[in-house]
Amino acid sequence: MLLLRRALFALALLLAAFPARAQDPFAGLAGSGFDDIRRGIEALATAAPPQAAPTIAALQAGTLLTGPGGVLVIKQGDTLIDARTGQPAQGVTAAGLRPVRVNNAVRRAAEAAMGSLTLFSPDTATRRKAAEAVFKSRDPASLEPLARAIAAEKIPAIRAEMEEARAALLLAIPATPEPEKLAAVATLRERGDLDARALLANLKDQPAAVARAAADAVTHIERMEQLWAVAQGIFYGLSLGSVLLLAAAGLAITFGVMGVINMAHGEMVMIGAYTTFVIQDIIRTSAPGLFDYSLFLAVPAAFIVSGGLGIAIERGLIRFLYGRPLETLLATWGLSLVLQQAVRSIFGPTNREVGTPSWMSGAAEWGGLTITWNRFTIIIFAMMVLAALMATLRYTSLGLRMRAVTQNRRMAASMGIRTPWIDALTFGLGSGVAGMAGVALSQIDNVSPNLGQSYIIDSFLVVVFGGVGNLWGTLVSALTLGIVNKFLEPLAGAVLGKIVVLVLVILFIQRKPRGMFPIKGRAVEA
Amino acid sequence: MNRTATLICLVLVLGGALLLAAGNQLAAPGSTFHVPTYVISLVGKYLCYAMLALALDLVWGYAGILSLGHAAFFALGGYAMGMYLMRQIGTRGMYGNAILPDFMVFLNWKELPWYWHGFDNPGFAILMVLLVPGLLALVFGWLAFRSRVSGVYLSIITQALTFALLLAFFRNDMGFGGNNGLTDFKDIFGYRLQADSTRTALLIASAVFLCLMLLVARFIVTSRFGKVLIAVRDTEARTRFLGYRPERYKLFVFVVSAIMAGIGGALYVPQVGIINPSEFSPANSIEAVIWVAVGGRGTLVGAILGAILVNGGKTFFTGALPEIWLFALGALFILVTLFLPHGVLGLFRRREKARSTKPAQGTVTEPAE
Repeated sequence: MLLLRRALFALALLLAAFPARAQDPFAGLAGSGFDDIRRGIEALATAAPPQAAPTIAALQAGTLLTGPGGVLVIKQGDTLIDARTGQPAQGVTAAGLRPVRVNNAVRRAAEAAMGSLTLFSPDTATRRKAAEAVFKSRDPASLEPLARAIAAEKIPAIRAEMEEARAALLLAIPATPEPEKLAAVATLRERGDLDARALLANLKDQPAAVARAAADAVTHIERMEQLWAVAQGIFYGLSLGSVLLLAAAGLAITFGVMGVINMAHGEMVMIGAYTTFVIQDIIRTSAPGLFDYSLFLAVPAAFIVSGGLGIAIERGLIRFLYGRPLETLLATWGLSLVLQQAVRSIFGPTNREVGTPSWMSGAAEWGGLTITWNRFTIIIFAMMVLAALMATLRYTSLGLRMRAVTQNRRMAASMGIRTPWIDALTFGLGSGVAGMAGVALSQIDNVSPNLGQSYIIDSFLVVVFGGVGNLWGTLVSALTLGIVNKFLEPLAGAVLGKIVVLVLVILFIQRKPRGMFPIKGRAVEA
Repeated sequence: MNRTATLICLVLVLGGALLLAAGNQLAAPGSTFHVPTYVISLVGKYLCYAMLALALDLVWGYAGILSLGHAAFFALGGYAMGMYLMRQIGTRGMYGNAILPDFMVFLNWKELPWYWHGFDNPGFAILMVLLVPGLLALVFGWLAFRSRVSGVYLSIITQALTFALLLAFFRNDMGFGGNNGLTDFKDIFGYRLQADSTRTALLIASAVFLCLMLLVARFIVTSRFGKVLIAVRDTEARTRFLGYRPERYKLFVFVVSAIMAGIGGALYVPQVGIINPSEFSPANSIEAVIWVAVGGRGTLVGAILGAILVNGGKTFFTGALPEIWLFALGALFILVTLFLPHGVLGLFRRREKARSTKPAQGTVTEPAE
């Protein structure tokens, strides 16, 4: 009787223990063999209790510890957290615990489990990442949770990614019927990125129709990729072109309209960049909250500083040298040396740190295009500057006088225009625009005393290439040179590409000495 | 006046070089008359710069071509000489490779690039010193003058030319030593480069070449050809309408000038012991223009004087007050263009003009902008 009761008790215990074991989805993880652990992960993923994801993540990170009696804790710094509850573990010490062992099979299982577990996360970014994980792991076990997730998903973009993951999975399972496989190939073809291409290109043991469709899709994807690469190249080219345009726009006024060779033009750009640095410095110390708006202050400040300096240069130096272009060139070159050395003496020879406002940092992805915000902002800014410049010349009284003076100085003087003042203001305008260019360049280039020198030759080439005295020509030539440069880069390397562009421009000037859009008429020979 | 100035210049250059050479070779070290070797090399360097200035004055002062890339020809001549000197190092290099210069061994190159062949022969190297700058000037000048690119446009594209060469020579793949250039030379024509006697001989050679160039340049500008050249400089269109072909005159003088600059560079490299891409930098070419402007444009002698004056000043300032040098150079550019349009020689000429009753307006050497 006693024996029977003991036997019954033991049976009851066993019975009680078994369901307990079966109900504890974490138990497998505490096992000792790799197979146990792998099956434990799969069981955990199927049961999907709230603590499943952190536990498996800990396993992947190597911070999941186990010990005698099926203890499972997650080590977070110095504290131990019970894997089952997510609460700090009571009465467990690190001594006697060992990490759950991991091999490749376990790692794969963990990845797949994470993929399907997080498919239902309330966080959209996590769900998206999970779909991506399934796409990469292609674990057949994820097929069923994925199907459920697709049914439950409300956001179309994420649902599309899940569909792509499902397509990748279907192709990986040999038993999938052919029509479904064809649909899967079509889905991946739509996705059209590098991963999809790699997946489709490496398909093995597929029915003939599927293999054909896959090969077809690969060529399609490759063609699309080339198109995107061209688009990206155009964006880079536009970006470089707009930088050139900014650097050359002021020169198009001083050199193009006035005919003054200002070799210190690059230094006006450099001073604009240093003005940005000073403005940001003031804002940092006195009103750090306004930092994001610093550039809006820097643009007018740079215009005023460089423009004022330009007026001073015109009054103090250049007006004595009108009609002697080569002498102007030498004197302004000397001036550029003085300005560089002055900035070096004041700010030091090293690069100065100019910050980027938060709204200008980061990038946007659009199809195969990556558009960085600072580059994009500079493109827009360059166009705005050019438009403003054109409007000034075209519609303002100052612009009218400027054009009058450049077209016929003596007649303009007879009509009561103070030509010396107009000269000074025109030169100031060109220099001010250079200063604004400096604000933009401070965002993408090193702010050092040599900043201007690296742009001066390019800017002159842009103006000469476009045709002197023609702002539209400057626009077209800057963008052309930028795009040509960027497309030569992958073919010839960055430096060689630049050399090729220089040589091409030199040859072009031989063919058309007055640029792409020469001014016609009597003014040409004057 | 011009003939006397030329004579004085010849005597001063040759006599000065000989005196310095004697001071270095004959006077014992320690005596008051002894000239240290670094002075010999320094003066030799100035004379090479003077050749560049002379070459530039020939095109700028007499043909109105303001080349802002003349240092490119100087540097090309220098590189040709540097390649010869590199091949002379032989097995004494760091890696002891008899054929390949050190930097090629460093870059793991297996054999000599084709354009390095022949540079172990001094005759071939000298030919290249003349040919490479000359050919570049020929092609570039032919393209530019034929399509009547002139004035500021020409200045800008010559500057672009030297800038392109600067970028090209910076590349390691070009096979010219990249950023570091060519250096660590051992000997020239069989003589040890570090020896005082070699240095002195180089100084004498520089002085002799400078004098020869001055004579050649003077011969060109005082000949009938030179008269046409000056006419081209002053009114190109009118000269063309008179039946001359300005582009041919310009091209010839441009090529001669480039060869002169190349010789200057070739003599410069053994005396400073290094040639690197920074010699191509546009700033160098523009600096050479200011030497000419300081001395007096269109005088030949003035170019030599200007080169020596400005470089002497540079040596003094960069040693004594390095912060000030760029200010001084910049101010020099501004002041000379504003107040001394005819350079230092112009000051003398003005005094002479004041003394003579004859109006000196028609002198052919005065460039009119």
